[in-house]
Amino acid sequence: MPPITEHVVLRDNDVPNIADLDVYIKHEGYEALRIAVTEKTPADVINVVKEAGLRGRGGAGFPTGVKWGFLPKDVYPRYLCCNADESEPGTFNNHQIIDRNPHQLIEGVALAAYAIECQTAFIYIRGEFAAGALRLEKAIADATARGYLGKNAFGTGVNINIVVSRGAGAYICGEETALMESLEGKMGQPRLKPPFPAIAGLYSKPTIVNNVETLANVPRIVLKGAEWYRKNGTEKSPGTKVFSVSGHVRKPGNYEVQFGTTMRELIYDYAGGMREDRKVKIIVPGGASAAWLTEASIDVAMDYESLAAAGTMLGSGGVIILDETVSAVELAYKMDEFFKHESCGKCTPCREGTHYLVKTLHRLNHGGAQKNDIAKLHDIYNQMAGNCFCLLGESAVVPIRTALKLFPHEFEEALAKSSARHAIPLTLAH
Amino acid sequence: MSLRQQHGAEIDAILARYPQKKSAILALLYVAQDTYGRLTDESIREVATIIDVPPTHVFEVVGFYTLLYDENVGKVVLQVCDDVPCAFCGAEQLVSTLESKLGIQCDQTTPDGMFTLQRVKCLADCNRAPLLQANLDYYRNLDTTEKVDDLLTQLRERIAKNDRISISGRLAEI
Ligand SMILES: Cc1cc2nc3c(=O)[nH]c(=O)nc-3n(C[C@H](O)[C@H](O)[C@H](O)COP(=O)(O)O)c2cc1C
Ligand code: SF4
Ligand code: FES
Repeated sequence: MPPITEHVVLRDNDVPNIADLDVYIKHEGYEALRIAVTEKTPADVINVVKEAGLRGRGGAGFPTGVKWGFLPKDVYPRYLCCNADESEPGTFNNHQIIDRNPHQLIEGVALAAYAIECQTAFIYIRGEFAAGALRLEKAIADATARGYLGKNAFGTGVNINIVVSRGAGAYICGEETALMESLEGKMGQPRLKPPFPAIAGLYSKPTIVNNVETLANVPRIVLKGAEWYRKNGTEKSPGTKVFSVSGHVRKPGNYEVQFGTTMRELIYDYAGGMREDRKVKIIVPGGASAAWLTEASIDVAMDYESLAAAGTMLGSGGVIILDETVSAVELAYKMDEFFKHESCGKCTPCREGTHYLVKTLHRLNHGGAQKNDIAKLHDIYNQMAGNCFCLLGESAVVPIRTALKLFPHEFEEALAKSSARHAIPLTLAH
Repeated sequence: MSLRQQHGAEIDAILARYPQKKSAILALLYVAQDTYGRLTDESIREVATIIDVPPTHVFEVVGFYTLLYDENVGKVVLQVCDDVPCAFCGAEQLVSTLESKLGIQCDQTTPDGMFTLQRVKCLADCNRAPLLQANLDYYRNLDTTEKVDDLLTQLRERIAKNDRISISGRLAEI
């Protein structure tokens, strides 16, 4: 795919200092919001987002305009939650959107709030983004002082109140129902669905949850139109996507490219190729929850459909590239250590399953392995798969299953080596 | 002095943000742990009173979230990301440098009460590994011992001057 001619989200690449309100305004900032509240109906805004084909960037790729249309008629208040809990290993695009182009996110939140007729929108931001939270609060205060937000946006009587709310360290709070639990002042444990948030979400009211990058796309769509937006990307995955590229590439970072750009282009044309010209060994295309690929799949196109066809997913857009210095057994251990650490403890298959995965993988990596440990790993993930209460537990199955499938010989070798060594105790973080 | 007496205005501002008082719980716990250095039982009960819920509810919430500290921590909490990809980009080296410079292991606090060292999961800044947060301010690309020395010196100076010391990140650097 050819490079984009203009950034849609990471516009600081084209407009230096766009985080500054005056600079943002000079470059069409808050124009979309002004036009929407003064000249368009909420339905108009929903329609253009639908026509643009904007898909949610939080992981599932669900069409945003369609989601907004699910709200039951005449039930108020309604809530919007912007999901800024970004904690998926290898993913850092939301974080840098907040740092680099905060007003475009705020404008996107305001537009979504207007579109769904919600008067109080929350930005639920992970507790670790303490500076990000202050930055967003400042951006909101600045925009409110100009009369763009607040009780009387652009003098129209439209009320757009945006509240930044910090989490306090829990990956699971990025799951939309856990997010709402947390916002209600409880432990962040997922709720049973249905009811879906659109019907009964925050405070049991109709609620829309959208990712930071999703909402940051909205101002440009509303201002420039669906056709303009669709100039980038593919028919089914329109627009651009900010991929977070990390690991053993020379220039790790966020790259905004057209959907459909290949993995090879991402690694070699954008991220500078592999450090020390080593070979690519493992590609994790969409955060820790996405099945791994190897160099054989390097020409896969980075869009929802192509990655699904390759047996994995676009997920969070966190692309982790690892070279041949990395052991698959060690990587599976580290990834399942993450899921174990973040398991909320609500259901047994995930709570116990991740615990036993980590214990077994630790033995394989560090000594004291037992001869049936590989069979045991298969056994554990098979018992978890399909039985977990939410997607976190199901995701924990992915690294170990994919590692065993792609690199069975490494597990055999690790077993042989580890059995010959003494066990070292595993100290598990809480 | 009670939390209310010390931070009345901030507490009221926090409560005003939410349709229901209970939603203010995390923000209030942040204020409490900055005020007392950690979440004492007393402070947890105070928060329960402010938002009008049973203390057991607040204790449960404190136990759930990793950024809420009910045990003693240092003036500065150092949290090194050891997740994937950082783990393969220098995080282990950073952890051992810090352990030897500070003379403690992870999950311990220096005897002078200045630093607590922890391993944490992805901090969503993986392109700048190895990295850590110190009271939730980011310090990135800490790939040499010199950089670690500089960081510790800088943090010690800030502690001495009591400059922006907030384990909750309420005074984070924008
Ligand atoms: C365990 C888990 C963690 C998640 N974390 C996030 C997150 O940090 N940010 C996010 O936007 N979505 C996250 N999601 C997806 C959300 O549940 C939700 O689908 C998304 O925020 C919807 O926004 P979108 O339609 O704009 O994609 C997570 C889902 C699961 C199961
Ligand atoms: S699958 Fe894991 S994270 Fe999800 S509810 Fe069960 S224990 Fe909690
Ligand atoms: S893995 Fe360390 S910041 Fe993401």
